[in-house]
Amino acid sequence: MNAILNSLRTMGLIFLHAFRKRATILYPEKKPYIPPRWRGRIVLTRDPDGGERCVACYLCAVACPVDCIALQATEDGQGRRYPEFFRINFSRCIFCGYCEEACPTYAIQLTPDFEMCEYDRRALVYEKEDLLIAGPGKHPGYNFYRVAGLAIAGKDKGEAENEAPPVDVRGLMP
Amino acid sequence: MVTIHIDNQSYQVEAGANLLQACLSLGLDLPYFCWHPALGAVGACRQCAVKQFKDENDSRGRIVMACLTPAQEGLRISIADPEAHAFRAGVIEFLMENHPHDCPVCDEGGECHLQDMTVMTGHVHRRYRFAKRTFRNQYLGPFLNHEMNRCITCYRCVRFYRDYAGGRDLNAMASHNHVYFGRIEDGVLENEFSGNLAEVCPTGVFTDKTFKAHYTRKWDLQTAPSICVHCGVGCNTLPGERYGTLRRIQNRYHHEVNGYFLCDRGRYGHGFVNSEKRLRQPLLRTEGSETVAPVSPTEALAHLAALCAGPTVIGIGSPRASVEANFALQKLVGPERFFNGMSASDAGLTRLILDILTRRPVRSPSLHDMEQADAVLVLGEDVTNTAPRIALSLRQAVRRAALEIAGARHVPLWHDGAVRDAAQSAKSPLFVATHSATRLDDVAAETWHAAPDDLARLGFAVAHVLNPDAPEVPGLDAETAALAGRIALSLSAAGRPLVVSGTGCGSPAVIRAAANVAMALGRTGQPAELCLVAPECNSFGAALLGGEGIDAALLALERGEAETAIVLENDLYRRADRAAIDRALQAAKHLVVIDHLGHATAAQAELVLPAATFAESSGTLVSSEGRAQRFFKVFAGNGEARESWRWLEEAQRAAGRGNGFDGLDDVIAACAAAHPKLQGIAHAAPSAKFRLLGEKIPRQPHRYSGRTAMLGGINPDWSVAILPLPHTTPHGLQPVADRSPLGRAGEGRGEGVPLIDTSAKGNVPHPNPSPARGRGANERPQINIHEQKPPNDPDTPLAFSMEGYGGAAPAALIPVYWAPSWNSVQALNRFQDEVGGPLRGGDPGVRLIEPGADWIWFSEIPAAFQRRADEWLIVPLYHIFGSEELSPQAPAVAERCPRPYLAMNPADADALGLKAGDQADLRLPEGALRLPVELRGDIAPGMAGLPAGLEGTAGIGLPGWGKIDRETRP
Repeated sequence: MNAILNSLRTMGLIFLHAFRKRATILYPEKKPYIPPRWRGRIVLTRDPDGGERCVACYLCAVACPVDCIALQATEDGQGRRYPEFFRINFSRCIFCGYCEEACPTYAIQLTPDFEMCEYDRRALVYEKEDLLIAGPGKHPGYNFYRVAGLAIAGKDKGEAENEAPPVDVRGLMP
Repeated sequence: MVTIHIDNQSYQVEAGANLLQACLSLGLDLPYFCWHPALGAVGACRQCAVKQFKDENDSRGRIVMACLTPAQEGLRISIADPEAHAFRAGVIEFLMENHPHDCPVCDEGGECHLQDMTVMTGHVHRRYRFAKRTFRNQYLGPFLNHEMNRCITCYRCVRFYRDYAGGRDLNAMASHNHVYFGRIEDGVLENEFSGNLAEVCPTGVFTDKTFKAHYTRKWDLQTAPSICVHCGVGCNTLPGERYGTLRRIQNRYHHEVNGYFLCDRGRYGHGFVNSEKRLRQPLLRTEGSETVAPVSPTEALAHLAALCAGPTVIGIGSPRASVEANFALQKLVGPERFFNGMSASDAGLTRLILDILTRRPVRSPSLHDMEQADAVLVLGEDVTNTAPRIALSLRQAVRRAALEIAGARHVPLWHDGAVRDAAQSAKSPLFVATHSATRLDDVAAETWHAAPDDLARLGFAVAHVLNPDAPEVPGLDAETAALAGRIALSLSAAGRPLVVSGTGCGSPAVIRAAANVAMALGRTGQPAELCLVAPECNSFGAALLGGEGIDAALLALERGEAETAIVLENDLYRRADRAAIDRALQAAKHLVVIDHLGHATAAQAELVLPAATFAESSGTLVSSEGRAQRFFKVFAGNGEARESWRWLEEAQRAAGRGNGFDGLDDVIAACAAAHPKLQGIAHAAPSAKFRLLGEKIPRQPHRYSGRTAMLGGINPDWSVAILPLPHTTPHGLQPVADRSPLGRAGEGRGEGVPLIDTSAKGNVPHPNPSPARGRGANERPQINIHEQKPPNDPDTPLAFSMEGYGGAAPAALIPVYWAPSWNSVQALNRFQDEVGGPLRGGDPGVRLIEPGADWIWFSEIPAAFQRRADEWLIVPLYHIFGSEELSPQAPAVAERCPRPYLAMNPADADALGLKAGDQADLRLPEGALRLPVELRGDIAPGMAGLPAGLEGTAGIGLPGWGKIDRETRP
């Protein structure tokens, strides 16, 4: 008798679940909420004034545990460094975020986008043109060259943050 | 040996040794900046502070600088003492006050001594909140980049540049925290060893400018031990490769040879490896055709095999090709049809030198030996320009007197500041007798500029004064006799005299005279040291294989004694008269050229096979010390280029008579068997079978990055990776995330949006702008994202991989200097038993040449130079940048090459009515040249100087007589 009551109670409970709020969603018609710090598709961001943030320091590449980032540094005529090419092989990427952690200029960032399926594995190799976005991403105000000592176009020696004007080496004053 | 106590541990060290050096030798981590094993200590940076205690009961102690403290019996110090540690951390904190936030864009980053030391002391946070001092940089020429903000004023640069290398145009200027290291004004650094500043500087003030143009971090470079190919000294180098191009050359320590320093030709001359003139495909000229067409290696080999089956094939080797390549050619054509590829003059001189060094009682010194010499006679060789690294060693030899004075006053010899104070400008005697001024004249006791014959007479006269048994010079004038007397006096008073000469002035008499002086010096004791500079990196190796020079080969072709000529890594037009070569090549039925660069000889060839350069092949070179040294493939190479010996062996296999050379070791073994004098080359480095714990030694550092992405976009064509990529959005993927809080929203897939946000404030144009629209995925170049198997290397115990034995490799096989917490070049300390001493396990290389005992004086004394009425003796003037064949292919070196000129004595020029800058016509047997005149007081009347080896002057046999006229208008 007890066993029958138990079964009925169980069935009742299960029936009540039909009126609960659903845990599953109808993906892809409905998109799930992804927190902003989700480690998804990698992008390269830009300075607040529009310049490429990546200075091609190779730190993301060396931090990458699966060695899926390759780049080559180059320089414009006025001292600003940027990657001549920047390639991420997403078929190898494990989205660990070490590259973002290593990046000294906030250039490389992981985004809340995980929808990267391709029918062709080769299409998972992203070049710089595929990675660059138009904005600064998570760190809107930061501009590496404003704090670095290197002179670039539009920022001479001594014009960076917290820098004194260049020393006059021919001056006799103490 | 004395016992010292470091942190209550007892160690045995050399009595009086520098304490910092001793600590580093013991493997202890003690930070330092200004001290350098080759430069000594000055105590400028205060970084190596340790606490010294009176005895075991002393608990207070006092802070001392380890680099200024000699090791004494019972010395008790502590490195780990909290006060000493705090002192060191404080010094770093002060140094970092003004250090810019540059590491990501600094070329030193990742191999920076300052980074290493900062981490070692534990300094992590900048507490100083005031403005950073800044400087303006200087233009220092094509070799070095200057970024003065990064300076920590350790003074290493000026101590190397001025005190060690004798430069004058770099100095420390201004005072207090304005101290500036640079030139008085922007300009090219003049010293021939300026490139070492990039390694000497502990931070990023001086960095390699040519490397910056295609910058790669140290951890991404594939490196292998190599030997410099730009002169006969045989300096050890560490070339680094990335994405199929050679990126830079760094010094590879060899205690006996180059020590810590290279010359700028060796450091920057490697650009020829990446040159557009490189041959990458076999080229075949079809019968009767003017042009050559690329063919497959199989076709090329079949053609070469058919030619080799023909009646008479001669082989012209090369002094710039490895022993193995030359030997393979000799094997193919037979010893009697093998020519060593040197010019007639060089072949004769090299044979003479080898004869002297193997049969006479004179010893060829290593550079380290030369630095110990306390009296030097340089006879007829401008070493700064023909074998530059020797000049740096001779500058150190000049300092022996200073060290003796300091030693007599009980000043430790490593105490550089005190030694210089004690000795002031004391110099050991250096006599420079050459046909024109040299860059060593500033430290010479006496210089003498005269014609080669007069130089020889001076040498013979010195020998006669030293030892009356030596032949007397007839008709010697009083001035020369007096000079000879003074030189002989200095040399005989010296404990370790040295004579330096070489092929530079093209005179056998000068070499014989130098040999007589050395023999006269050596009579009573050990064989005296005689350095005879060879013209090229493997002159001795090629000469030891036997064979005549190029003149005999040309004659054989011209006479029709040979139908086919195989020219190995050699541009004949640099080695003989143009007309003679043209005649010979006209007469030859078939010309095969195996080389890595396209040149005039290759342009005439019927078949051109692309050879691998030193960076893409392994082999052995014999230096002018007679040391056989192995260089190893740095990278696998691109296109169809392969080792010359492989081409020759494969051609013989195609003809069905292969030698069974499957790997380099087979060639070496066969060569050693065929040539007893070259037997030692097998021991120059471990063989390809060598393994450590069953593993090969990796060429890539353990942090090598990008392995699974670098091949991703690379076409099979080698060059794609470094060319600008097509500016496309190949996937049609939107470059802007549309749902994320990041950036601006794009419109949808497949569209592509402008990558430059032109509405952004400031509107700084993107340096590498991308076009607005992307291409579809199917337009993307065909790529393969599968990781490829690393190239196999059957010739060496090194692997093209980051996997392999990670521990210490034998000295000849060390591919990179790195040790935990030592990322900079200073990691080298961890590879020496005693810092500054030989590499652990002994320095690599084998000396093939040892002194003989034939005590026969040379007695062919030339007559004194007589000027001719209407002719001038044209002597070669060498230039470190330009006179050598390969280095001017590097753009940075090309920038430093002079243009051809004619150097004349002002009196002679005046007699002809020529002023400086006027055009003069020089008529030589080889042809006429029109050259601007330079007035040079150091050129004796009756002589004129012509730069050797430049484009336009290469191939002219110098010295020789020529007529000079004022420019005659056509």
